[in-house]
Amino acid sequence: MPDSLPTDSVGIVTPQTLHFDAPITLACGQTLESYDLVIETYGELNADASNAVLICHALSGHHHAAGYHTMDERKPGWWDSCIGPGKPIDTNRFFVVSLNNLGGCHGSTGPSSINPATAQPYGPDFPVITVSDWVQSQALLADRLGIPCWAAVVGGSLGGMQALQWSLDYPDRLRHAVVIASTPRLTAQNIAFNEVARQAITSDREFHDGRYQDFEALPRRGLMLARMVGHITYLSDASMGEKFGRELRDQAYKFGYDAEFQVESYLRYQGERFSEVFDANTYLLMTRALDYFDPAYEYGGDLSKALAAARCEYLVLSFSTDWRFTPARSEEMVNAMIAARKRVSYAEIDAPWGHDAFLIPTPLYTDIFTAYMDRVAREVGA
Amino acid sequence: MRLDLQIIQQWVQPGHRVLDLGCGDGTLLDFLQRERGATGFGLEINPDHITTCMGRGVAVIEQNLDTQGLGNFEDQTFDIVLMTQALQAVRRPDMVLDEMLRVGREGIVTFPNFAHWRLRWGLTLKGRMPESDALPYKWYNTPNIRLCTFKDFEALCRQKNIRIKSRRVVDGQHQNSWLARLWPNMLGEIAIYRITRETP
Repeated sequence: MPDSLPTDSVGIVTPQTLHFDAPITLACGQTLESYDLVIETYGELNADASNAVLICHALSGHHHAAGYHTMDERKPGWWDSCIGPGKPIDTNRFFVVSLNNLGGCHGSTGPSSINPATAQPYGPDFPVITVSDWVQSQALLADRLGIPCWAAVVGGSLGGMQALQWSLDYPDRLRHAVVIASTPRLTAQNIAFNEVARQAITSDREFHDGRYQDFEALPRRGLMLARMVGHITYLSDASMGEKFGRELRDQAYKFGYDAEFQVESYLRYQGERFSEVFDANTYLLMTRALDYFDPAYEYGGDLSKALAAARCEYLVLSFSTDWRFTPARSEEMVNAMIAARKRVSYAEIDAPWGHDAFLIPTPLYTDIFTAYMDRVAREVGA
Repeated sequence: MRLDLQIIQQWVQPGHRVLDLGCGDGTLLDFLQRERGATGFGLEINPDHITTCMGRGVAVIEQNLDTQGLGNFEDQTFDIVLMTQALQAVRRPDMVLDEMLRVGREGIVTFPNFAHWRLRWGLTLKGRMPESDALPYKWYNTPNIRLCTFKDFEALCRQKNIRIKSRRVVDGQHQNSWLARLWPNMLGEIAIYRITRETP
């Protein structure tokens, strides 16, 4: 962190923990008697509470989407490029709410939290959470914050799935759903990658069937491998090629199996760092939520039927080199919206960074996102 | 307001669902939404135009007619399908017309007349590929790859059993002109056709 904050930053932000005492019943049939949600907010809620925007996070995300916690923080929140004064989600106009989802490991109740019934960590006993469950908990959060209707619910990747689910579950409580680099359902290939990640974790000897906290152990190796394979799917061949090519750490081959190529040491470093900060049970839970997401399932696979009740307007964005959730998946969603006679705008952004492109501000992405959100702001008088 | 847009808006009724193929910066759709109470989509491929559309509240979808067609739109789901000054730039105008009247009850098409006297003059006397206000490009960089005359278009409609409900002819500045009405295929620069497959 530099000595002074950038002028387009939301500045120093402080997370809040909100406690919910009313039980919440989940899709799996289980009930959480009480739970915490950690949130951050940026900007001011206007008098008629019409300018609120909900940010939904992706697999490894959390509530810290913008600004800095302290002047010493190395990097700002994960979507600082898009949230702040004068940025696409302009905090001079919008009241932005960002949370750590239920089942997360950044302060909201999740597998590493203490189960009040047993006074032990939930661990593997924490219920499997679905995208719909998250949306339900976010609606309860909106009630708590006095927000009857979001100006927009916005998310990338798994966050985009939550925005889409919002439009189906609470059609009267959002005006716009912004669905970025997302998909209406995972493909077999997507699920396959998730399964490799889960196997890496559960086969780690330190995993102890998910009760590693009881053993004061951490399945670091498994989490590291899970992150490594995941990370590959977030980048494109071209962006990896540009960043690392075949570059070696030293000049010559060593005829061994240690990390000799730069890309190897990068992946190891990313994996190791991740394994220090992320909870293994949460990783399992998040990947399962991805696998299960399929709003068309109950409608014989017809997404346009699932969309029938939706009332919001959609912005769908995809990225040309995203091979995890390809532009074709976004177009599938857009075509279902057209068939269901919903208002939708769509663009495929030309960007070389694969799935990660939704976190990287390129001129066209920023322009389109800004233009759309500017119009949302005008619509709600913000 | 441009005369061609003025003419088109008279044919759009409140509540009409409109699809605009090659909607540009969304000027026409925006006008039809605000002034005529229509709803609908624009299709566009130019990123700057797409950005402008999104900013003004025109629902726009990035879609290339040449490579993607209109297969994602169901039969007869629009009242009007518009195509202003783009028919001459698609690879298969005949197939686009079929698709327009598959997804919509009615089509409105505008395009420049290649038989306008100034273009004839350019080719016949100067021996050069014609240029005009309506066709301002050079032969090597023009996006207009399927130029036709009013007569050509009407012959194609006859061949395809497409009924022309009305035709209005304007000059290169989209202004009304009595000359263009007098001898359209020679003196008219841009025509606005209203077409359908429905019987009267």
